[in-house]
Amino acid sequence: MSGSSAAEIVSKLAADYIDETPQKLKLIDSYMVFCVVTGLVQFLYCVLVGTFPYNAFLAGFGSAVACFVFAANLRIKNQPKERRPVLGLASRVPAFAEFVFCHILLHFVVANFLG
Amino acid sequence: MARKVLGLAAAEQLSLLRIAILGLISVVAIGSRLYSVIRFESIIHEFDPWFNFRTTKYLVNNGFDSFWNWFDETAWYPLGRVVGGTVYPGIMVTSATIYNALHFLNIPVDIRNVCVFLAPVFSAFTAIATYHMGKEVKNATAGLLAAAFIGVAPGYISRGLRSSCSCSPSSCGCGRCGLGSALYAALTAVFYFYMVSAWGGYVFIINLIPLHVFALLAMGRYSNRLYVSYSTFYVLGTLASMQIPFVGFQPTRTSEHMAALGTFGLLQLVAFAHFARTLVPQHHFQVLLRGAVVSLFVVGLGGLWTGRFYSLWDTGYAKIHIPIIASVSEHQPTPWPNFFFDLNFLIWLLPAGIFFSFRELTDNHVFLILYSIFAAYFAGVMVRLILTLTPIRTYLNVKDVEAAGSEAEAVPVAKTEAVAGVPAAEQISVSKSGKKGKGKKSEKTEEPAKSEPAPSSKPATAPGDERWNEELVVMANFLYLLFMFQWHCSWVTSNAYSSPSVVLASRSPDGSQHIIDDFREAYYWLRQNTKPDAKVLSWWDYGYQLAGMADRTTLVDNNTWNNTHIATVGKILASDEDTAYELARRHDVDYVLVVFGGMLGYSGDDINKFLWMIRIAQGVYPDDVEENAFFTGRGQYSIGDDASPTMKRSLMHKLSYYRFSSVMGGQGMDRVRRQPLPTEVTVDNFEEAFTSENWMVRIYKVKDLDNLGRSHHKVADFVGRP
Repeated sequence: MSGSSAAEIVSKLAADYIDETPQKLKLIDSYMVFCVVTGLVQFLYCVLVGTFPYNAFLAGFGSAVACFVFAANLRIKNQPKERRPVLGLASRVPAFAEFVFCHILLHFVVANFLG
Repeated sequence: MARKVLGLAAAEQLSLLRIAILGLISVVAIGSRLYSVIRFESIIHEFDPWFNFRTTKYLVNNGFDSFWNWFDETAWYPLGRVVGGTVYPGIMVTSATIYNALHFLNIPVDIRNVCVFLAPVFSAFTAIATYHMGKEVKNATAGLLAAAFIGVAPGYISRGLRSSCSCSPSSCGCGRCGLGSALYAALTAVFYFYMVSAWGGYVFIINLIPLHVFALLAMGRYSNRLYVSYSTFYVLGTLASMQIPFVGFQPTRTSEHMAALGTFGLLQLVAFAHFARTLVPQHHFQVLLRGAVVSLFVVGLGGLWTGRFYSLWDTGYAKIHIPIIASVSEHQPTPWPNFFFDLNFLIWLLPAGIFFSFRELTDNHVFLILYSIFAAYFAGVMVRLILTLTPIRTYLNVKDVEAAGSEAEAVPVAKTEAVAGVPAAEQISVSKSGKKGKGKKSEKTEEPAKSEPAPSSKPATAPGDERWNEELVVMANFLYLLFMFQWHCSWVTSNAYSSPSVVLASRSPDGSQHIIDDFREAYYWLRQNTKPDAKVLSWWDYGYQLAGMADRTTLVDNNTWNNTHIATVGKILASDEDTAYELARRHDVDYVLVVFGGMLGYSGDDINKFLWMIRIAQGVYPDDVEENAFFTGRGQYSIGDDASPTMKRSLMHKLSYYRFSSVMGGQGMDRVRRQPLPTEVTVDNFEEAFTSENWMVRIYKVKDLDNLGRSHHKVADFVGRP
């Protein structure tokens, strides 16, 4: 794949994204980006300084990843109707309720793991 | 047919019946596990549960914090064992919770009874979980049939509680993919956490689920549901599993868990690719990503496998490299008859079940197929893993029974199920509890009647006489099989899996039962007659029992975490009397306990295990112990006068046969080995302290050093031997 076509694709992607995505999803997306950045910072720290409080690192990194995943779940379920997948039973539970439940569970575990 | 019974509409009747049948299945599942309790008494029979019992007691008495930090100095003397960090605490915490809850309600139960009845009660939960999984895969009637199968399948009965724990996550795991709900995935993670806390078999699940996801990805069946359920499950489940000290950081370090991690990463990338594709409909990304991602996954898989898991792949691996693993009978490859013995007709219906799963290849069916293939493989490698196979068998067989119905074409699936489901449940209730079965039968007869309308409406297209015959033949066949299955299961359970290993039963010629209680006799002797801090040396099999029943310090136990220490014990037992004496004194051993079956013909005794002890010792001390030296010149494993000199000199041989010929007479035979006895066995450094009624347990005291500094041989020469 040549560099120019890749650049084209990326710019096209960005343009489409800005045009087509509703405001609500953009908010979720920015939260997801924030999660990725948080995770990356911790990972960098881990690489540069060391893994010493390994449980703390795992808890922090894991919670960043988990937040990302949950936000992604939330996003999938809040997509505009025409793109929303068939979710079966799941659609009966409000997406946000699931989001909150998972987070409660997650932070219970993470707080315990931080030590 | 739509008339009301008990004032309930048809749908309500159906759900009432389902609940009733499920309840009955639970009762039967509990009942069939109580044979040994009824026949003998409410005691813990096997080796490992003694440890669970002891730790539960500690947990109840000392609270959770001190349990978590418990350093047990009475095990693995002189090393000790960090119990809190080397244990899967799920079972203990569960039983302690039940115990405390019952006491809170002013129901005074004994901890022992909680432990004994925990497994049967959990088997009922297993049946219910199975029902839900069956329901997920097919429909409610299939679920009932599956629950009935699993409730009594002997393969499951042989491993009490662990099996129940393993079932719940797997059922959720399957339900997962159908639902695509983060909530359910989170609940699955909770169940997974519970399973991790209960036993090491969770590794099976954490590899199977990613494999399923990977297979679906490879088949191009990615969906957002898959993403939601797997990512949520993995993130939560992994973080939760790391809360168990024994698991610790393993999920990020060992290769067993790398497949799950790799699949998680892969899924993220695929999801991103999909997302990108919705914005830019071009395939460039995917091509690029797939290449990168597949290599990632392969790297993740290609790590090192730790010994215990590696032995799953190669049946010969353990035998060659880690004798301690191979020496456990549960780790032996499964002999073929065992499959049939444990699973009866479920075993030969399995391939058909896989076939029918392939015909209708939904996401759930992919899971079933993968699960069955892997479970079948692992069950073939290790006896104990047969339990992973059992649940999947039951599901696939339910499919068979159904499919057989649809194959006959005249019978719509629903009817076969209904009809098949009822006799299974009914037959159990009849065979198990005669009284209850009668009462239920009347209820049960309603279901065929009730499910009749659906069939009769469909085959209206072709209700010919011949088809009716075919239907009858198929039904009769399966009814017969189901009856045979129940019959077989009850028989196997009552005869093969309910004989405890602590208490033995034998029948005298007139048919009266004779209880052989040597183990408890000996352990109780130790408890009563030795100092509380006495150290008892025995082979590791008896470690947990010694700790639990005799309450004395042991050198090695069933935890087997330190191979070297076990090898040292093996070396003590395999070396000659003087070396053994010196080593035993160095380890502060006060008593040596050996189990001897020559009097009764109890084949699980130490002489029969002796070769393993030698092999394990040889693995660590190749200079001191040599397996070949224990065989006769013709390569036989002999114990009589023709035994090799090394064998005759070994401590194990001496302690087992010391004074034995005085009971059996000069022409005596060893009833296990069917060989003549050695004529002259002397023991100078050890003093016989106790021998149980049937000579099954022999305890020797390690003599103190002589007051005058002589060797014990000289003392014996001087004083004279008995």
